[in-house]
Amino acid sequence: MPASPRTCVIDYDMGNIHSVSKALEASGHRVRVVASPEEMAAESPTHLVLPGVGAFGEGKIRLEQKGWIPVLERWLKENRPFLGICLGMQLLFERSQEFGTHQGLGFFSGEIVPFDPSRGKVPQIGWNEVVRKGTHPLWTALPERPDFYFVHSYRVRTSDTGLVLGETDYQGLYPSMVGRGRVAAVQFHPEKSQSAGLKLLENFGGL
Amino acid sequence: MLKKRIIPCLDMKGGRVVKGVCFESLTDAGDPVETAALYDRMGADELCFLDIGASVENRGTLFEIVEQTASRVFLPLTVGGGIRTTDEIRKALNAGADKVSLNSAALSRPELLTEGAIRFGSQCIVLAVDVKREGESWRVYSHGGTRPTDRDALEWIVEGARRGAGEILLTSMDRDGTKTGYDTDLLRAVSRAVDVPLIASGGAGSLDDFRLAFESGADAALAASLFHFGTVDLRDLRRFLFGQGLAVRPPMDTFSPGDDRG
Repeated sequence: MPASPRTCVIDYDMGNIHSVSKALEASGHRVRVVASPEEMAAESPTHLVLPGVGAFGEGKIRLEQKGWIPVLERWLKENRPFLGICLGMQLLFERSQEFGTHQGLGFFSGEIVPFDPSRGKVPQIGWNEVVRKGTHPLWTALPERPDFYFVHSYRVRTSDTGLVLGETDYQGLYPSMVGRGRVAAVQFHPEKSQSAGLKLLENFGGL
Repeated sequence: MLKKRIIPCLDMKGGRVVKGVCFESLTDAGDPVETAALYDRMGADELCFLDIGASVENRGTLFEIVEQTASRVFLPLTVGGGIRTTDEIRKALNAGADKVSLNSAALSRPELLTEGAIRFGSQCIVLAVDVKREGESWRVYSHGGTRPTDRDALEWIVEGARRGAGEILLTSMDRDGTKTGYDTDLLRAVSRAVDVPLIASGGAGSLDDFRLAFESGADAALAASLFHFGTVDLRDLRRFLFGQGLAVRPPMDTFSPGDDRG
């Protein structure tokens, strides 16, 4: 048995992190919530999770203010195990159109664009299918098109199709799960997605 | 495709589930955390905690229960009953709730919807509305359905969505407890009037009532005693709706209520 992953969850005041931490624990992670890069360094984690609910611009500012940007950039560049959830996924991309244009971390190419309120209810709230694209260890022991729980008004648009691990249909298909190597991110909330969500978090622990 | 949701509701008073929950496998039928865990295993899409004995002293207890539930049960949680300020909304969300439901507090101060939406996002602000039919329209009631207001249901719901509510929890007081089915006229009228997701509540008595609610514009259907007393089994309901071709999550793997997985 490999040792359980030592996982840090970044707390940057963007939404509740209680559920994320508890779901990671239930999936075999040893979890520490960290509010600064110093706290994270003291934990020497093997895995890093960036959750987040809220506005893109606000999230980026809070990451900057607390000195997270260089730490995250180094972690991602070194291809260390990383999971972005919801806003934590969107922040990995180049820019967002949410309340003006904001620059993201730009680790993945693509942008964050709004759903169209004239084409259906916004935000998307509820369970929707994620259709598997390509192969990745995150998909281990999950069905071909599991349901996950979504809450969001903006989505990823990217021309880098090799990045896309899963797609969801809401006003057309869009990438709801992306990743390359050991850096992955999901638009849905695994911590609210019952057994499928816990399985995905367990798979992340194996990266 | 986005799935229609089935939401068991736990009405609570003083930290205990009321209306009784009758499952042999529950050692303590009044324990909200145990009940939530059972519904999770039976395949609920979401859970709703409503504190009907809402008093200020009980707030802390409610938030503790939410926190304990969110530590064990990994599905969306809505919490309501007596939440009156953005600070209380924050406490509920920090305890692990995904949404808060606002009713009387929004009627007495509609700005609360906007304040909550700006601070936490409209996706977590649920406007709960209790209505009673009067001729061709519906009147809004406050304080747990005990006080008539001067508001028309459709007007109030449109205003609530405009002010920031991201979802409507709509209870027909005429149907509540009757098991004669959801008020489909009401559901059709409200789903035509607003673009935010709509949760039907009040009147479910059979499997087919859920189908009718979804076909009348509801995005989710909520029930309490129907599930608590086992009149309708969540797993049968999922199988039935799936079999009828409705967009619901597929039936879960076989699970017996005595099973203590999770």
